[in-house]
Amino acid sequence: MSNGVTETAGSVSMPVLGRWDGGSCPFDTGWRKLMMWVFIVGDGLIFAGFLAAFGFARAMTAEWPDQSQVFHLSLIAFMTFVLISSSATMASAVGCARDGDLAGASKWVFLTLLGGALFLGIQAYEWTTLIGEGARLNHNPWGVPLFGAYFFLITGFHGFHVLTGVIVLATLAWRMSRGVATSGGVELAGLYWHFIDLVWVFVFTCFYLL
Amino acid sequence: MSDHPQSFWSKYIFSFDHKVIGIQYIVTGFVMAGIGALLSILIRLQIAWPGQPIEFLGKLFPEGMPGGYMMPEFYIALVTMHGTIMVFFFISYVLVSGFGNFLIPLQIGARDMAFPLLNMLSYWVGLVSALVMLGAFFVEGGAAASGWTAYPPLSALESAVPGSGMGQTLWLLSMALFIVSFTMGGLNYVATIFSMRAPGMSMMRMPLTVWSYFVAAILGLLAFPALTAGAVMLLFDRHLGTSFFLPAGLVVGGELVQAGGGSPLLWQHLFWFLGHPEVYVLLLPALGIAFDVLPAFTRKPVFGYRLSVYALIATGALGMIVWGHHMFVSGMSPFSGEYFSIATMLITIPMAIIGVNFLASLWGGRVIFKTPMLFALGVVAFFGTGGLGGLFLGNATADIQLHETYFVVGHFHFMIGGVTLMGTFTAIYFWFPKMFGRYMSEGLGRAHFWFTVAPFYTLFLGQHFLGLQGLTRRYYAWDSYQYVADALPTNVLLSVAAFVLVSGQVLFLGNFVWSIFRGRVAERNPWQATTLEWTTASPAPHGNFGEHIPVVHRWPYEYGIDAGGEDFADQSVAPDRAPVTA
Repeated sequence: MSNGVTETAGSVSMPVLGRWDGGSCPFDTGWRKLMMWVFIVGDGLIFAGFLAAFGFARAMTAEWPDQSQVFHLSLIAFMTFVLISSSATMASAVGCARDGDLAGASKWVFLTLLGGALFLGIQAYEWTTLIGEGARLNHNPWGVPLFGAYFFLITGFHGFHVLTGVIVLATLAWRMSRGVATSGGVELAGLYWHFIDLVWVFVFTCFYLL
Repeated sequence: MSDHPQSFWSKYIFSFDHKVIGIQYIVTGFVMAGIGALLSILIRLQIAWPGQPIEFLGKLFPEGMPGGYMMPEFYIALVTMHGTIMVFFFISYVLVSGFGNFLIPLQIGARDMAFPLLNMLSYWVGLVSALVMLGAFFVEGGAAASGWTAYPPLSALESAVPGSGMGQTLWLLSMALFIVSFTMGGLNYVATIFSMRAPGMSMMRMPLTVWSYFVAAILGLLAFPALTAGAVMLLFDRHLGTSFFLPAGLVVGGELVQAGGGSPLLWQHLFWFLGHPEVYVLLLPALGIAFDVLPAFTRKPVFGYRLSVYALIATGALGMIVWGHHMFVSGMSPFSGEYFSIATMLITIPMAIIGVNFLASLWGGRVIFKTPMLFALGVVAFFGTGGLGGLFLGNATADIQLHETYFVVGHFHFMIGGVTLMGTFTAIYFWFPKMFGRYMSEGLGRAHFWFTVAPFYTLFLGQHFLGLQGLTRRYYAWDSYQYVADALPTNVLLSVAAFVLVSGQVLFLGNFVWSIFRGRVAERNPWQATTLEWTTASPAPHGNFGEHIPVVHRWPYEYGIDAGGEDFADQSVAPDRAPVTA
């Protein structure tokens, strides 16, 4: 639905319009991108809710397991590297799409897709290993039950987001191969993908390092 | 855009039109309100005549009221469901989702919401959410019984009370769907208000109704994620064996619960981080609507438009950081209590600005007492009365005394129940001509007003006094405590007031249905108001405005001017045809 500037009759006296005076979006962008930004803020706040709860639990628990004893931090560092690299490839895809080079963009989207899949694979391996060592939602061999509960909750919720992102990218790649994708669509997928990466930085810091 | 023929289904049922979706929300909300009101009658029966059997209700609710005697579990489930239904499925649906959808595009001069498909999905997910909530009455153990706040451990342990089983699971599922629905609606509100305003409709020319929806939508979008996170964790606790909200050493029914290390306080923080902003999500639109209705019936501009906008924003911002004042009795540190008290007291500043602007908007006006105006005055009155009680409760020292008493019940019924109820009826009577092209009956409307306001004041002001006397809320057999035994006659009076209040709404229902078909036909601008929705036909056509969308030349309160025989100019009137005052 157009926002009306072109619909307005020329005969009506037309005021000079500033950025915020209506007739167009004040952010020089469409409502789709605006909505995606607002959605990302909300989704980010769900993660904030989980991480705040995690902080609450840490503050009231006397003995928290030593993460460096539990996790293979070099592996985690590698998966972090993979995910952040996938953000770089995604940025290249958005750049290509903006320049009208959709063939180049689809190559970068495919690489991003691979990065996301690799991240999920490593996470599946990590979960399997820890479950094999006896980690469960309600108990674990390293200390308080909350440790395992928060681990599966937070990394699981993030992994679910990565999975969603991979599905979004796969849909995008499919649309590109049929020639119906737009540069705006690539940019929206890119926004979501960068968000997932950014959240991982917080999850990684709060859960694995602090 | 409106030329192509539409079937009955695509026009009235699966419609993308924001006006149809708004009306769908409003009708759904009123059905839910009817159910919520019937629950409150059962509650008031038990309070006024505790332990006395009512035979025919025993046949109606064989499990909840065997032989007509109310079971304690049933009572607490009634309170839970009454609160949940009224807050989330009545006020939120009618006032926020219903009128928000109906009014925002009309008042900013847009043809529809930014994303009409998402808007339709929002309604249908919302409807499923309401049905799931009602379905909880029919499962084993009955509906949820842990309060509308769903405090653990009652809500976390399936064995705690009968309603903690399937009923609580459905409650959480319904709330999850509600959040999805609200998020889809809220995204639309924000994107639409930012990017779909008509040319000339700058932010500072938006009607205060739109401003209030704008602030409310942002508040909701920022606050609901905390509850989403909490609800996921609660579902884990209930079904996957974690103990996020269950402390170690918990004994329920004589048995030690195998749980470790969690804290029920964490839920309270997550819940009230949503819960407090949520009351402003509901309250602010009522205030915005009153601001738009008052000037149409005093024929002069609102007082302090700019300041009111700032006050709405400040109220919203402060509303995000005061959730702890619902938890003063949870044993929080006095320092936290001090902070939350002071932050809460700060809210009285923007709120008082809004209250004073209401009064100053009336000052010196030639008040026309039509039904919408009566209810708008009701908003002002309830806002004052209820706000006064808030001063007591925002203060930790007084709140610790009053928190578990009927003082709190009276207070929140004035604010979240009363201001919003008055705002809802103001909106209905005011915009009914724009929705259906007909007036509602003026006589029935006035009768409805008095049959609402008088029993409402009796009931909920009375509860303030019972609370000061020390009468505890939530208690099923409150009369077994000797020190409040003399509250019985008052409780009988209050219950009678509640019955009058509920039966008074029949006047509204009759008026509403009758007026849709038989009401006096309304012209384009029946109240001679100035906002953009009155520049289009009644009822507004698909696409809202004719061939061209309006161009805005002035602020929304151009009343009391000399414009060629009329004392007002709508926002699309060009400057050369009527003086521009602001």
